Amino acid sequence: MDTSQYLDMFLDESREHLQACTEHLLELEKNPEDLALVNEVFRAAHTLKGMSATMGYEDIADLTHKMENVLDAIRNEQIVVTTEILDVVFEAVDDLEEMVGDIERGGTGQMDVSSLVETLNRLASGDVAAALDEEEPSSGEVSTSEDSPYDQFEQTVLLQSIEQGYTVYEVEVTLRDDCVLKAARVFMLFEIFEKVGEVISSNPPAEQLESEEFDTTFRVTLVSTEEDPHLKEKAMKVSEVEEVHVTTLTREAVKGTQESARSEERSTEDETKEERTEEQVSDTPQPKKEEKKKTPKRRPAQGSKTIRVNIDRLDVLMNLFEELVIDRGRLQSIAGELHNPELNETVERMTRVSGDLQNIILNMRMVPVETVFNRFPKMVRQVARELDKKVDLEIIGAETELDRTVIDEIGDPLVHLIRNALDHGIETPEERLAKGKPETGTITLRAYHSGNHVFIELEDDGAGVNRKKVLGKAIERGLVSEEAAETLTDKQVAELILASGFSTADQVTDVSGRGVGLDVVKNTIEGLGGYISIDSIEGKGSLFQVQLPLTLSIISVMLVELDKEIYAIPLSSIIETAIIDSSEVLNAHNQKVIDFRGNIVPLVYLKEIFEMTEGEEETSDFQSIVIVRKGEKLAGLVVDSFIGQQEIVLKSLGNYLQNVFAISGATILGNGQVALIVECNSLIK
Amino acid sequence: MTEEIVEQRVMKVIVFQLMDKEYAIGIDVVTTIEKVLSITRVPNTPSHVRGVINLRGVITPIVDLRTRFGLEPRPLDDETRIIIVSMEDFDVGLVVDAANDVIDIPEDAIEPQPEVVGTVESEFISGVAKVGRRLFVLLNLEKVLQPVKRVSTDD
Repeated sequence: MDTSQYLDMFLDESREHLQACTEHLLELEKNPEDLALVNEVFRAAHTLKGMSATMGYEDIADLTHKMENVLDAIRNEQIVVTTEILDVVFEAVDDLEEMVGDIERGGTGQMDVSSLVETLNRLASGDVAAALDEEEPSSGEVSTSEDSPYDQFEQTVLLQSIEQGYTVYEVEVTLRDDCVLKAARVFMLFEIFEKVGEVISSNPPAEQLESEEFDTTFRVTLVSTEEDPHLKEKAMKVSEVEEVHVTTLTREAVKGTQESARSEERSTEDETKEERTEEQVSDTPQPKKEEKKKTPKRRPAQGSKTIRVNIDRLDVLMNLFEELVIDRGRLQSIAGELHNPELNETVERMTRVSGDLQNIILNMRMVPVETVFNRFPKMVRQVARELDKKVDLEIIGAETELDRTVIDEIGDPLVHLIRNALDHGIETPEERLAKGKPETGTITLRAYHSGNHVFIELEDDGAGVNRKKVLGKAIERGLVSEEAAETLTDKQVAELILASGFSTADQVTDVSGRGVGLDVVKNTIEGLGGYISIDSIEGKGSLFQVQLPLTLSIISVMLVELDKEIYAIPLSSIIETAIIDSSEVLNAHNQKVIDFRGNIVPLVYLKEIFEMTEGEEETSDFQSIVIVRKGEKLAGLVVDSFIGQQEIVLKSLGNYLQNVFAISGATILGNGQVALIVECNSLIK
Repeated sequence: MTEEIVEQRVMKVIVFQLMDKEYAIGIDVVTTIEKVLSITRVPNTPSHVRGVINLRGVITPIVDLRTRFGLEPRPLDDETRIIIVSMEDFDVGLVVDAANDVIDIPEDAIEPQPEVVGTVESEFISGVAKVGRRLFVLLNLEKVLQPVKRVSTDD
């Protein structure tokens, strides 16, 4: 089968399922008792297994299968959830992610995971100690009783349900001998069953039913809140069904089967474990009930109505729409000249409709920051374990939406900031206890909209910025002079750690301090038209605030004129505009400068930069200047005249013209002409 | 039978004019042919890059073939055409004096270029073809349209 056309979909969905696994595993670590979570992980893993087997990626299918076995054992309460076991499962998820990544890069998705598989196998057989310590396998193996139609977990659920007045049905379905689409019929039947109640188990298991690995008969046990006398008729309505037998199970019937199962378990399981099972059956009905209710509630959330659209198509749509906007502009001016009331009305209507359309198209390109944030919990867990620190990551506002152009870019800077907070911010548990803080540190990642910007904040309750240490380092590196250091505010000191050539880590650790400092973060964020600031209280913690534009594809610019050519300067780098008297221009060395509000600001003659031949020296008495900044540095761009401020759509110059000096892209103006966008960062050294 | 063989060996090309010569490029790389649109100059680029145009919402760079081949430049007029070609990584518009027609060139009419073929640098030429009394110069677009990397103006 040629599966290449499904590859993209496979990659997307695999990632989603792996992400779901990770999320639920993390939750499971916090609530090891919540077996519903195991079910969620199991479901995701199971789908992944099915997909990868269909696509022919046997290694993924195999590893997922082994992971499933472990999850199954957890689900059946054969093994208890511990951090160590989750470590192994996380490792499996990591490997799976890597395999999927390999496939995306055109590889085969093959990987040597034999040692991991072995550990998983041992775990699945209940041999926790041996699997983790690599000791010889102990004899404490636990197996599910093959003879009993229900495993222990299912029995517990069934008994519980009967006690609470639910009806338990056992449905035996026989399909016709000549049934061609067995899997399809099974699916239809399950649909019906799931409307009536919740399917607890099936024999043979659902996986085998899906792959048609059964003869013609199968049995399904379901729990329903009310009696449904028409269950049989409903099931019989499915084509190619020969016979349907519905039995209502009583407490005794379930218990009878459980009794037999239990007698078998007695030989394999130790006393304490069994006691615990019994306790759960009789004394603690509450958690089970909750769990039962939770499971069906979660299901509909997965099936929200969405379709996948290739982002390129959205880009094409956006391009076409921009064309429409330009033509709309022309139409408006024509209508203005003709003074035809009907035409005016139509044009007005069109303007309103296309305005709505514009909002919708822009919204379609918005992606929740969740897509970036969701990889952080696992990373924090891993890094915290590497560093022997205890850290909780709290995420607020993951649903905040950003244009995907920004989303693509902010991942790395945020990773850097979080690693920095883990490494330098949060102290070791001992230090924290000594300072009277809770042993576990908290990092809060917060995203929210404000005005035309998105704010992402990273707050930790760690050590904060050490003023003395930072100043010492900054003076040593020549970033500030000793005299100036005294006058700096705490905030200014904190922001020194963003300066290039600054790294406070005493030793180079594995986590941060790989030779790139926070200045890289700062540069990336400023490159996106954003801004980063730090608030820090020594001993209490730090707050990194990143401000980002909502979208990079539409930016605000100041249009300026240079010799009849129009250029756009991004508003995010402009501080202000000024018109100065030519006599205020001073000469320093070979550089023309002005004194601007007490600062000496060098002047950049854009006409020279942009190779415009000028006949004579500027004769005008006044010069129009745009003051721009790059970080702390300022420069004054000399232009002919200001045209005004405008929102424009940023477009790239393409691959033919790569890295044109001082030009970051282009845009199409209302009249259809192209204007170039000035990149101020390369004009300031 | 014979017809079939002839059919297979024909190459469809677009013929255009520069100075007094006729040039040809394969029709498969040509997207459209445009009349002159307003071109925005891009500073700090080689002289043969005339600038960029707005081609239905896509910013497309424009290369002046006359300047690229070291010929004497000529102002744009009504005859001037921009041939939009689609290369592997990018689209580029070529400014030519006039775009004449689409013709079939039998492949056996294509010969390697003679030693001296006028002023056009020989690396840009993949061959010449003689059809009837007309001589066409076939261009090697890969060479003509080498991406423009950053010129070190910031030093």
